[in-house]
Amino acid sequence: MTEQQIGDSRQQAVESKTVFGFWVYLMTDAVLFASLFATFAVLRNNTFGGVSGQEIFSLPFVLAETLILLTSSFSVGLAWLAARQGNRQMVLVWLSITFLLGAAFLTLEIREFIHLYQEGNSWRRSAFLTSFFTLVGTHGAHVTAGLVWMSTLLIRIYRGGLFKSSLKKITMLSLFWHFLDVVWIFIFTIVYLMGIIR
Amino acid sequence: MKDKLTAKNYIAGYIFSLSLTLAAFLLVWRYVDSDRQLLSEGFLLAWIAALAIVQLFTQLVFFLHLGRESKPRWNLIVLTFAATIVIVLVFGSLWIMANLNYRGGHGTSPEQTETYIIEDEGFQLHQ
Repeated sequence: MTEQQIGDSRQQAVESKTVFGFWVYLMTDAVLFASLFATFAVLRNNTFGGVSGQEIFSLPFVLAETLILLTSSFSVGLAWLAARQGNRQMVLVWLSITFLLGAAFLTLEIREFIHLYQEGNSWRRSAFLTSFFTLVGTHGAHVTAGLVWMSTLLIRIYRGGLFKSSLKKITMLSLFWHFLDVVWIFIFTIVYLMGIIR
Repeated sequence: MKDKLTAKNYIAGYIFSLSLTLAAFLLVWRYVDSDRQLLSEGFLLAWIAALAIVQLFTQLVFFLHLGRESKPRWNLIVLTFAATIVIVLVFGSLWIMANLNYRGGHGTSPEQTETYIIEDEGFQLHQ
């Protein structure tokens, strides 16, 4: 194959119907998150005599979470670029970095949840906390699923190699990961920043 | 290849996103630091929301490559549809629930609520 043909076949892998189908799934997932955001927005002041967002959220902590996730979104993009160039080594490097950052993010989130639970601010305390745990927890569950997916891809590429099918998978994974970052931007803004403002 | 996507796109997107995140953070940080005197609450909320929306478009363009697909732009069409649903869902819920709260959330009896609404909306009762 000439360079042009290789380029075309890569372009096809990136714009295939499978990837479009995955995009449609992401959009339905956005609707799922929208319903959780709406629930949170309605219930955010119903603290039932318990803590409010102002009392439990820490700005530096949530900034750290946000920067970690944002950086992982950047590194997964670089992994995708490396995959398009057929550079297996760099795909492994950037995907591993993304995995570690994602794991760090998840660790912070789980620590926050455990801390809240131990202080008696569990999801059973008030409608505000129920909607908070559901929204942020659903995002965390997506991140967990993304990490599992990423680790299987890493093993496959490490053992087998970088195929055209791998490029398609990395394309979808990177879309998924960027999508989670976009959802987090709104959690950061609506749940944490606005929660601290009032 | 049709498009010339390079690491530059991602670096630019990363820098934009970082700046937007830090800007939102610093606004709220300074606001809390100044004992909530820096600027009015409504103004701050509007700024934070605006920064989040600019961030959304930044990531859509730089990370999710919206606008780079070949025509017809199915990705964009599906996104527009989903965005419509999201807006109706979120703002519709807030509207309905705020209205429900207004019509049932005053005092402990229906009479108290009725009195409140009559006063609030300035109705004149004709005997």
